[in-house]
Amino acid sequence: MTKPKGEGEQHQWTMVIDLDKCTGCAACVTACYAENNVPVVGEEEVSMGRHMGWIRIERYWEGEYPDVRARFIPVLCQQCGKAPCEPVCPVFATYHSEVEHLNIQVYNRCIGTRFCANNCPYIARVFNWFAPDFPEPLHEQLNPDVTVRSRGIMEKCTFCIQRIRQVEEKAKMEERPIADGEVQPACAQACPTDAIIFGDLLDPNSKVAEVARSRRGFKLLEDLGTEPAVIYLKGGDIYGV
Amino acid sequence: MASESTRRDWQEGQEAALAHEEQKLREEVLLVDPRPRSEMNRMVLEAVQRITPGYIALLVVLGLITLVGLFFAWGYQMRWGMGVAGIRRPVFWGMYIANFVFWIGISHSGTFVSAILRVFKAEYSRPITRGAEMMTTFSLMVAGLFPLIHLGRTWRFYWMLPIPNQRELWPNFHSPLMWDMTAIFTYLTGSTLYLYLPLIPDFAMGRDHMTGWRQKLYRVLALGWRGTEEEWRHLMTAMKIFAFVIIPVMFSVHTIVSWDFAMTMKVGWRSSIFGPYFVVGAIFSGVSAVITMLIIARRSLKLHYFIRTEHLESLALLVLIFSFAWTYFFFNDFLVEWYGGERVGHEILTLQARGPAAPLWYGMLFFNILVPWATLWNKRIRRSPTALFLITLGVNIGMYLERVIIVTGFLQRNRMPFDWGEYNPSIVEMSIVVGSFAMFFFLYMLFTRILPYVPVWEVHEGQLTHRIVRFGRAVVTARTNVD
Repeated sequence: MTKPKGEGEQHQWTMVIDLDKCTGCAACVTACYAENNVPVVGEEEVSMGRHMGWIRIERYWEGEYPDVRARFIPVLCQQCGKAPCEPVCPVFATYHSEVEHLNIQVYNRCIGTRFCANNCPYIARVFNWFAPDFPEPLHEQLNPDVTVRSRGIMEKCTFCIQRIRQVEEKAKMEERPIADGEVQPACAQACPTDAIIFGDLLDPNSKVAEVARSRRGFKLLEDLGTEPAVIYLKGGDIYGV
Repeated sequence: MASESTRRDWQEGQEAALAHEEQKLREEVLLVDPRPRSEMNRMVLEAVQRITPGYIALLVVLGLITLVGLFFAWGYQMRWGMGVAGIRRPVFWGMYIANFVFWIGISHSGTFVSAILRVFKAEYSRPITRGAEMMTTFSLMVAGLFPLIHLGRTWRFYWMLPIPNQRELWPNFHSPLMWDMTAIFTYLTGSTLYLYLPLIPDFAMGRDHMTGWRQKLYRVLALGWRGTEEEWRHLMTAMKIFAFVIIPVMFSVHTIVSWDFAMTMKVGWRSSIFGPYFVVGAIFSGVSAVITMLIIARRSLKLHYFIRTEHLESLALLVLIFSFAWTYFFFNDFLVEWYGGERVGHEILTLQARGPAAPLWYGMLFFNILVPWATLWNKRIRRSPTALFLITLGVNIGMYLERVIIVTGFLQRNRMPFDWGEYNPSIVEMSIVVGSFAMFFFLYMLFTRILPYVPVWEVHEGQLTHRIVRFGRAVVTARTNVD
């Protein structure tokens, strides 16, 4: 593993979502809204398909009444290793971070062609159709570490890059490697069943590296060759039965 | 003796029949029906000055629709955000991109009718090239607006230009949008110059025969043209170079527009046939639009001497041929998607055939296949301006529907069934669409009274090189090669 000069440690941030543990409670969605200054757009806009959440609980019904079962899958930006959204942006507003294996979205560069969103097979990207509105007292809880995005630009899940940076800088100051579990995105932190596990896949002793080897693992639309950094676990029936 | 007089009668009868044939040919073919140059000059210059109150009223109305429908609505959208349009996740591209593709398609008319027919020495196209080239330039101007209207932050569009900037960033030339911008800019520049070159002798003619503001304008635009041998030689060389060079540019433009779709991972868009499919569709709608505009212009400018049934008929035949070609590509694209049986592809095809927007799909098939195939094989219909007007208008309705289906229809279904969604254009989008049509007609109408609509010198040159000859009993047109 080569270290680019002055770029610090190489990491491969990975998320594992255990669908057998997921109850579809949407705590992750709420946590993400709070952490990342995601605007709430109201009922009318949501019914038009314009909700701004960076993570969503997809719910699919299986079977016929009365034998109906609901299946959940939280879907967010998969931080693809070969991301289809990256090459199509004319202004490098989205590009690949080789060091962290993340898709970076630079809000200030975005001019709003929405090409990236069309090319995302996971429909993970959201667009600011209007200027965000944080009516009182919501503006009091805005996260100062995260930009409030303006109208006309694209955004998406960042794996809470502000938290990654904070931990990286702290570890650097204390001259020690980042401990496993030290970086926690808001969704993983909020998950009541610990269904979301986050960590560095390059650290062989990390929890995430361990569960990633599970035979229950799969990746979303893996056949497209996008090399997602999100691994889903699924075995048995719903709720792990 | 009796046999002598019979033979004479027969010869006279034969002579009269041939003369009649000749007369018919002359009425049919412009290039063997010469009139003095001064008379042709007068006809064209009169057409430029034909400004009636009705014309002015229509121009004002179109200008107002452009201002309010297009520019005011665009400003409103910029002020409040893209949300005023009907686009939504997952249909991130809507009517704006469909319109963009449509107008780029219309722009193929000029190059096709003018450059390709010029390169292949299709002599009949001489009087209609100008009208077609004007369509190219003005439809490209309208088309070029749509990517800007479509941008979430229009005021930052220049970040796509490769100019030194404080962000120290070069544009991403991996993006098909960059190729698109480059191609369109090249095409607009090239087609404007290509429109201008053959205009120079006409400007000089106007300068010498007119008074008033037009004379002043033409004096500047004629670049001091005197008509010396050397000037003609340079002009001919330049026109020949442009005619050849603009053809690959034309092909590249619509191919690259199709790559905006074909280069993605989207099911339905991701297709290797999209390049030629789009080019053929563009020429199909472009040539149809030329017919529509020629019929209107001929009537309002009283240019029946120059623009004749023979021209409309030849172009109508091209429309039929391109309808065949378009159908061939459409069938290929459809069959592969359908037979391949991928679930998402099936959903898209089902949505087109049975979804709420199914009338669009059937409308496209009706106007693009059924109508041209059922009518244009018939010579009588090909020679009827009214029928052609309606048919070619229909073709462009059909091609417009095709663009709407390809852009917005395919986006409604994807690999994540939870995120499927319907798209309906909003009032702002529709207003901008209507405004763009008004803008095109406004520009075209305005410039029919500024630019000579028929290249007189080209017609004159054609008439000098063509004449009627008799081969035995056959009466045909013959051409002298002067190159």
